[in-house]
Amino acid sequence: MRDRLLALQGEASQEIVDAPNLESLREVKVKYLGKKGEITSVLRGMGSLSAEERPVIGALANDVRSTLSTLIEETEAKLESAKMAEKLANENVDVTLPGKSISIGSLHPINAVIEEVEDIFIGMGFHIAEGPEVETDYFNFEMLNLPKNHPARDMQDSFYISPETLLRTHTSAVQVRSMIDKKGEVPVRVISPGKVYRRDDDDATHSHQFTQIEGLVVDSGVSMSELHGVLLHLIHKLFGEETEVRLRPSYFPFTEPSVEVDIFHPEKGWIEILGAGMVHPSVLEKAGYDAEKYTGFAFGIGAERIAILKYDIDDIRHFYQNDLRFIKQFKSV
Amino acid sequence: MLVSYEWLSEYVDIKGISPEDIAEELNRTGIEVEVIYTRDAGVSRVVVGKVINCTPHPEADRLNVCSVHVGHPAPLQIVCGAKNVAAGQLVPVALEGATLPGDIKIKRTKLRGVESHGMICSAKELGLPDKVLMKEQQDGILVLGKDARIGQDIKQYLGMNDQAIELQLTPNRSDCLSMFGVAYEISAIFNRDLTLPEVEVEESPEQIAPVSISIQNEEDCPVYAAQVIQNLRIGPSPQWMQNRLITAGIRPINNIVDITNYVMIETGQPLHAYDYEQVGGGQIVVRRAVEGEQIITLDGVTRTVDEETVFITNGQEPLALAGIMGGESSEVTHATTTILLESAYFDPQMVRRTSRKLGLRSEANHRFERGVNPERVQPALARAVQLLYEFAYGEVASEMAVAGFGEVEEVQVNLRHDRLTTVMGVPIEQEEVLSIFERLQFPVFVEEGVYQITVPVRRPDINLEVDLIEEVARLYGYDRIPTSLPWGQQQAGGRTWIQQKRQAIRHTLRDLGLNEVITYSLTSDALEQEIAYPLTVPYMPIPIAMPMSNEHAILRTNLLPQLVQVAARNRNHGVSDVSIYELAKVYLASDDNQHTLPEERFQLAFLMTGNYHPANWETAAQKGGDFFTAKGVLTTLLERLRITGLEYEVISMEGFHPGRTAIIKHDNQVIGVLGQLHPVLSQKYDLDDTVVCQFDLENLLLTSTDQLTYQAIPRYPGITRDLALLIDESVPVSQIEAGIRAVAGELLKSVTLFDVFTGEQVEAGKKSIAFNLVYRSDDRTLKDKEVQKAHDRVVEYLVETFEAKLRQ
Repeated sequence: MRDRLLALQGEASQEIVDAPNLESLREVKVKYLGKKGEITSVLRGMGSLSAEERPVIGALANDVRSTLSTLIEETEAKLESAKMAEKLANENVDVTLPGKSISIGSLHPINAVIEEVEDIFIGMGFHIAEGPEVETDYFNFEMLNLPKNHPARDMQDSFYISPETLLRTHTSAVQVRSMIDKKGEVPVRVISPGKVYRRDDDDATHSHQFTQIEGLVVDSGVSMSELHGVLLHLIHKLFGEETEVRLRPSYFPFTEPSVEVDIFHPEKGWIEILGAGMVHPSVLEKAGYDAEKYTGFAFGIGAERIAILKYDIDDIRHFYQNDLRFIKQFKSV
Repeated sequence: MLVSYEWLSEYVDIKGISPEDIAEELNRTGIEVEVIYTRDAGVSRVVVGKVINCTPHPEADRLNVCSVHVGHPAPLQIVCGAKNVAAGQLVPVALEGATLPGDIKIKRTKLRGVESHGMICSAKELGLPDKVLMKEQQDGILVLGKDARIGQDIKQYLGMNDQAIELQLTPNRSDCLSMFGVAYEISAIFNRDLTLPEVEVEESPEQIAPVSISIQNEEDCPVYAAQVIQNLRIGPSPQWMQNRLITAGIRPINNIVDITNYVMIETGQPLHAYDYEQVGGGQIVVRRAVEGEQIITLDGVTRTVDEETVFITNGQEPLALAGIMGGESSEVTHATTTILLESAYFDPQMVRRTSRKLGLRSEANHRFERGVNPERVQPALARAVQLLYEFAYGEVASEMAVAGFGEVEEVQVNLRHDRLTTVMGVPIEQEEVLSIFERLQFPVFVEEGVYQITVPVRRPDINLEVDLIEEVARLYGYDRIPTSLPWGQQQAGGRTWIQQKRQAIRHTLRDLGLNEVITYSLTSDALEQEIAYPLTVPYMPIPIAMPMSNEHAILRTNLLPQLVQVAARNRNHGVSDVSIYELAKVYLASDDNQHTLPEERFQLAFLMTGNYHPANWETAAQKGGDFFTAKGVLTTLLERLRITGLEYEVISMEGFHPGRTAIIKHDNQVIGVLGQLHPVLSQKYDLDDTVVCQFDLENLLLTSTDQLTYQAIPRYPGITRDLALLIDESVPVSQIEAGIRAVAGELLKSVTLFDVFTGEQVEAGKKSIAFNLVYRSDDRTLKDKEVQKAHDRVVEYLVETFEAKLRQ
């Protein structure tokens, strides 16, 4: 019986190793180790053995069985990996084919600029104020030291709806509304982006509708030094820390002293980027703040202007023509 | 204001300071300089020559052969084609090797067999634009004045070496509308000496011509001065004066006009000369016009004016529109020998109103509108009289008559040193402040930290302490102000709830592949009418009082029409895949537009046409103009906003496809619309199927719930059942789904529609629909029996309610 077992082990091992594929291997497994397999049938003859022989042969049989099982497993693994390799060999793709991308849209560059500026100021503790686009003459002009017939009204010919209401010509009207809303409380620290309108013919550099971002701070002891600091921070965030900035005195009826800010453009030289100044005491007073106790600064910047400079855009009309070949260039902003 | 560098150098010491330096420092101290013009357009080797004789060219009718003396030992032979050339003239001669504007080089040439050693130049050839030339100088060669020296460089003679610094003055700096004002400014900026010309007045020996002035209303004209000059001889003004005027952008006319212009540029005070013979006995009456009264102005136009206009009259007839333009009847002509010269202060608002109404703009009214310096009214007149004497043979024929106030009071303004340092945020020293006021020539007296300033009348922009702070700050230098960040009471910044939602909406739609657009708030009635207004009934657009065009005549009440327009424009440019959105305000009329502001409401709108996702090498494109693609975008957006429970109801509306349009409701209130554009409309714009959606933002967000609560992840498995039905085509799926949910009980967790079809395999009037139902309990594994009970209820309900047939 021992000889028979060892002979079967030799035969089986050979057949296992020679199995060309998983199916043949399974057949070999059944042939030797199955319920009706040869090893099993040998073991059935155990009953005829003596009590001394039985454990010895039993141990040998188990040994043969486990050796064969291990060999089958090993072979199976080999065959499986060969099969996988063969399958994968037929699955090659051209990795340079384009991906099946999901298209993403783009924010409008003006709104992207507004969000960028808002985030810069939110980081400095500002809120976002809003005001009506159809404004009263009172808030748009009178409260900002621009009485009727003021020569500065020349600079902003307007779309009137009625003698007392018009499309706002600047977001500065929101300054006054913000202060009135705060009822004399400090600090006032708001930024207010929005649409403004002027009677200009649309061309490469003019648009009858455009976008301003207004900022206002009122508190005790606010000085030009803070105005300078805040504007520098804004410009460095928008255009890079290396941007050269120049402050120039200017004139706005609602600020005194007034400031115009230029940045240096490597090709175009100094470029005007925003207007600002210390809130005029009479504007503070009209809006319910004691100008002796509190000071403030305000600024207004054109969103189109920022986008034009940041992205080197040549024509302001692009912003309102909404050609998707233009808009889609701003996916990454 | 164009400032001649050469002229300026007469009043202030600018040795070693270039026009570029001046521009740079003016910019840094508050006056914007955009351009420095040079009058030399590229002229070299052009000199003054004298035409000695001039004979016709033997071979050419139109040419003359001239002998021209240019200071060389021998005269030059030059062939000249100009009609006006004549012996005895002084002319500009371009010598051999000369260059002229436009990169023209002059060489010796032969013209029809005659040698020409140079060229006699026209004004144009020297680069002088017509607008600064007298009519007789515009054609032919330029004939120079008798004061030209033979051989002199033409650039020197014509002032072409000068440069003009162009100032962009803000409305407050009217003081710099004069050379004197600019000189004060430059002197203060560079701390250089100032020398203004002194006026010597020739006293009139006796009153030859009487002058009387009466002013009806002193508010219109607080001061009026006049003087009569006689024996004038009209001719050209001296070349240096012409040169300065040309640099200042003013065309020389004759000595009298030039002198009035010269004094205006010099002092900022406009003057006007009347032919004395027309002034009717020297009587000047300044009065308001009568409504409808007429005057023929210098330009030959008859002007009808209203009672807000001020006339200068001779007691009967209007002679001039005060501060705006003279009348034709009293114009100075070549026959004039005696003039009445006017120098006055007119109410800026009055001048402004009249000039706007009549559409007349001039250097003079520009200055009156901004307010001239009342202190210079009389000196300017005296200065002109002096120049008329020197350059026009004028003799004083009357005393200077003055009506209105005499002395002008100077303004006293105090500046506190500590206020100055607080506002500037700079610890500036008192000494530096004092030196700034000294440079400005503002008399100052300091006491206990307070500067008491006497503001010169020439600076009417300074009335308050802050105005003085600005003066100090701008001369101190804004760039020297240190930077700091707001240090006061801190507050947390951020967006409000609604601002966050608006941002979330815009970002979500962007992430879903839609592109954001911004369209104009002003639109046209015709465009607005094309699409119905489910959200803004009744339609009451707000018109602009004076629109610039019909295209932008009303405020929009609706975002959709312009989105359609954007899609059409893109389509025209070859971009047919358009998925766009806009979140912006619309403007709704209130009952009384005249006095109250309109209601401004945010709307959200999107439009999809062409392909939403383009085809790739393996997958077909997904159409954007498909109702359900757009609805899918909307559904995802609503999910992002945590909005549920909206109802869609089919509706027929102007501009929309009658069977593919839904009104969207929440709690029975209409808050939006989703639908396919009517094919007639999309075809009109050359668009493929186009689906649009629009919401009133506030109403939409009202339905958004704020609280997000975690739902436990199911611990027990669910049992799914598919349900395929044949049902009447007209029954909306939402109704079936709602019914299923209602009868199934709480074990039913989800109902998902996975198939809908009609067609050949299905009975007419019916549709086949299939749902996938998931039943699950949160506390146990369900048994088939329990599920079957619920499911049977569902089937029974569907069969009974909708006469549905179950399909296998």
